[in-house]
Amino acid sequence: MSESVTLTINGQKYSAKKGKTILQVASDNGIKIPTLCHHEEIEPYGACRLCIVEITRGTRTRIVTSCLYPVEDGLVVQTDSPAVVRNRKMLLDLLLTRCSENEVIRDLAGQYGVKTSSFREEYWEKHDCIVCGLCVRACEQVVGVSAISLVDRGIHKEPKPPYLEKARDCIGCGSCYYVCPTHAINMEDKNGVRRIDRWKVEFKLKKCSKCGIEWAPVAQLEYIRKKWNLPADFFDICPNCK
Amino acid sequence: MKDSISKIVKKYGNDKSQLVSILQDIQTEYNYLPRSALDKLSKKMDIPQSHIYSMATFFRAFSLKERGKHIVNVCLGTACHVRGGELILDSLERQLDIKRGNTTKDRNFTLETVNCMGCCATGPVVKIDEEYFGHMTNDKVEPMIKKYSE
Amino acid sequence: MPSKLKSPQDLEKLQQMLSKNLDAGKSRISVCNGTACRPYGSNPVAEAFKAELEKRGVGNQLELKVTGCHGFCERGPVAIVEPGNLFYQKIKVEDVPEIVEKTLKGETVGRLLFKAAETGKEVAGQNEVPFYRNQTRIVLGNNVRIDPTSIEDYIAIGGYSALSKALHTMQPDQIIDVIKQSGLRGRGGGGFPTGLKWETCRKAHGDIKYVIVNADEGDPGAYANEGLLSGNPHSVLEGLIIGAFAIGAHQGYVYVRNEYPLALKNINIAMQQAEKLGLLGKDILGSGFDFSVRINRGGGAFVCGESTALMASLEGKTGEPRAKYIHTVEKGLWDRPSDLNNVETWANIPLIISKGPEWFNSIGSKGNTGTKIFSLTGKVNNTGLVEVPMGIKLRDIIFDIGGGIRGNKKFKAVQTGGPSGGCLPEKLLDLAVDFDELTKAGSMMGSGGMIVMDEDNCMVDVARYFLTFLEEESCGKCVPCREGVKRMKQILTDITEGKGRESDLDLLKELSAHLKDSALCALGSSAPNPVLTTIKYFLDEYEAHIKQKKCPAGVCKSLIKFSIIKEKCPGCGMCVKVCPAHAITDMGKKKPVILDQSKCIKCRTCYDVCRMGAVKIE
Repeated sequence: MSESVTLTINGQKYSAKKGKTILQVASDNGIKIPTLCHHEEIEPYGACRLCIVEITRGTRTRIVTSCLYPVEDGLVVQTDSPAVVRNRKMLLDLLLTRCSENEVIRDLAGQYGVKTSSFREEYWEKHDCIVCGLCVRACEQVVGVSAISLVDRGIHKEPKPPYLEKARDCIGCGSCYYVCPTHAINMEDKNGVRRIDRWKVEFKLKKCSKCGIEWAPVAQLEYIRKKWNLPADFFDICPNCK
Repeated sequence: MKDSISKIVKKYGNDKSQLVSILQDIQTEYNYLPRSALDKLSKKMDIPQSHIYSMATFFRAFSLKERGKHIVNVCLGTACHVRGGELILDSLERQLDIKRGNTTKDRNFTLETVNCMGCCATGPVVKIDEEYFGHMTNDKVEPMIKKYSE
Repeated sequence: MPSKLKSPQDLEKLQQMLSKNLDAGKSRISVCNGTACRPYGSNPVAEAFKAELEKRGVGNQLELKVTGCHGFCERGPVAIVEPGNLFYQKIKVEDVPEIVEKTLKGETVGRLLFKAAETGKEVAGQNEVPFYRNQTRIVLGNNVRIDPTSIEDYIAIGGYSALSKALHTMQPDQIIDVIKQSGLRGRGGGGFPTGLKWETCRKAHGDIKYVIVNADEGDPGAYANEGLLSGNPHSVLEGLIIGAFAIGAHQGYVYVRNEYPLALKNINIAMQQAEKLGLLGKDILGSGFDFSVRINRGGGAFVCGESTALMASLEGKTGEPRAKYIHTVEKGLWDRPSDLNNVETWANIPLIISKGPEWFNSIGSKGNTGTKIFSLTGKVNNTGLVEVPMGIKLRDIIFDIGGGIRGNKKFKAVQTGGPSGGCLPEKLLDLAVDFDELTKAGSMMGSGGMIVMDEDNCMVDVARYFLTFLEEESCGKCVPCREGVKRMKQILTDITEGKGRESDLDLLKELSAHLKDSALCALGSSAPNPVLTTIKYFLDEYEAHIKQKKCPAGVCKSLIKFSIIKEKCPGCGMCVKVCPAHAITDMGKKKPVILDQSKCIKCRTCYDVCRMGAVKIE
């Protein structure tokens, strides 16, 4: 059932499998489109809008997110048209106003010529989180424990632990920390304990019986062990020593 | 409480997609969403705690805080706004000495707002429990509250 | 209550029997007890009628119907008396015995009739009341004839015969053709051709399909859907079943806004009654077609009026919209083909099936056939639900039907389409009200809210109000809406507080362009409309706020001052009593009061209570 379609990106023709998104086809062919809320292992979400491109179908031109738009035969795509660049600039301007001291956002905004926010300084905020939802989605889709969720709505929407207490279902795997595009989540392994303050959790780290390195939270290993029905001593030796 | 949660879950056939309706029934029973009820619900229906909390905080119909005996609802819809609805809210905040979304110290009143009740002809409108008060003006606020203060 | 109807003949027989009762020579009083009449005390009035009729034992001469919305909400509580189609307004409990008495005698109660403002004469018949005279009440008109909690009433006036016709004499494709020919367009605001939508859904891949009623009418100031759903729930249900049959769906959903308890109650009753009679459920009317309906309450989220957010909520998730690059008619609820239509769209279906597409085409204008129900509210004399043919001029709605601006003030603007729409000025009053014209002017039809504003409304404040609403209702998923609406609101608030800068207007326009291009859903992409239309048509007000730090309409608190006109103040002390900040001092009888500016909180109470016009806003 894998039909092929032919589409044009930035003036050049490409062949692609039906069912792929513009972003995937671009990536396959070395064309760079910036993203923030996108991750290969996670379902595309369309929240950050940074991956927008301009498409033309017949006579109709509009702006869409490349992470979700399915390729079609005859589709014409512009990844950096004036309209796209103008919108990306305003987007980053808005993000910079929200995260005025975040390095990742400042760098990205700088790349598009947005050196400072267009909005009044008294309204600048100092968040690190851009509410891209990757932490929550990774926890749900990849890890499968749904320890955290996007709470409230609108301007107050943010990933938080339930009831703003210690996230009971968290196993300390750190997927959220690894996947966050703006380093908004702090994870610290120190003195045999892993702490992720944002979810108010603390985990004892398992010590390898061979090399003595504290390599992963006990809770995480127990979760994996139980899920896959592994023997009780399966994780006593760390992967390096195995 | 465990029984009432079981009853509600059963009423909706243990169907996860009916979560909003289930939460509404719980709120109707307890006048708000008690933490213990939500924990029991999470266990009973095998829904992650985080998801229930997400739903309870997304939809404005729900209150995770205990509410007062009487719910005062001020309409902030456009028709009521152009006739001075916000000024009525200000009046009520002054009269009850609480900000919107909160409950009076004596737990008698909770002040909430709604974005249109469908009584636009009689705006500005305030609803206390099941009773509607139309054509509200600032001077009518005190007697209206007095009526429910016994 | 008769048993299950198993064939078209069963329905016909029942209808004949019930309509005989209708024409049995009884007089009838239809009292409105709709949501909008309740603040006027329509419930005690309805109860009083019930008690009076029982007391007199005149059930065989006079019938009482407690109905849904009659439309003229401004004059509530209202009632219609047959014979004579008499219109009574502002009924009090004390009036009830006299109304009953006079009706039994075939007389009228003069003082409760509508008085025409132009002639000062009383007008008896509903159709001569100016408010009703220029309407075309093909959909909402039936509210007056039926008790919404009685399926018998609905059947007596021909209800469910369209369903019978569709199920037993038409093919699904035929039905879709009829709807296409009628030119019916979605009444929820999008204005998408309904027939085409049904056709695409029917053709979509998949055996399981859904039909959905969007009764989430979240636009503040719009309650047309409420009046229809609570006043005639069966009309919506009948349309839904016909649509399900045409599309090939066996499961339907009605999503009702949480803030509409009466509509919820009545659609639930309607559903149960329809099931009992075999008009819903298995083997409907013996046709072999199965269809069931589930009713869902909203949770207090305006965004759930957006189709994908509504569907997410039905799936038990938060109301976050998703991209519609693949339409919901292909992949909607649970990724299955789903047809979602507005309450009013569904209610038109039985009429089109019964009377034919040519009849529907004869109403309205080309490309915009049929009627539209509007909630006409704000600063007009006659507020309520009005149903007019598409293409009627805005001026006619506001001045002929609406009776012009109340208090003889000057018209300033009319807001249509809710927070997704725009404010139109006086020079556009001759615009034809239809999907295309309103969109061209920068506004939109929306679900039917039409809010009239006068010289005392500040258009900058109106824009700020809508952004406050949208900020509260934004789901928060996408950056342009979540962050953009927030910044727009900040800028507008600054302008209303006298902190506006000249560069603000350009920044607002830039942000607006960005939201229109990049927002995820229509809430975000149409959020700029109130701002853009007010800047376009009321630029002078913005400039007054920004350059002169003045609010010409006298609304923005930081820019106005209340003062006492000494010459007009008789020293009655009314304002002193009601001032919540104790900012006014009584100086004794016949001496003008003194207002302390430093204490004044600009609540307007003194201005509202003063009968001498002695309070000035500048």
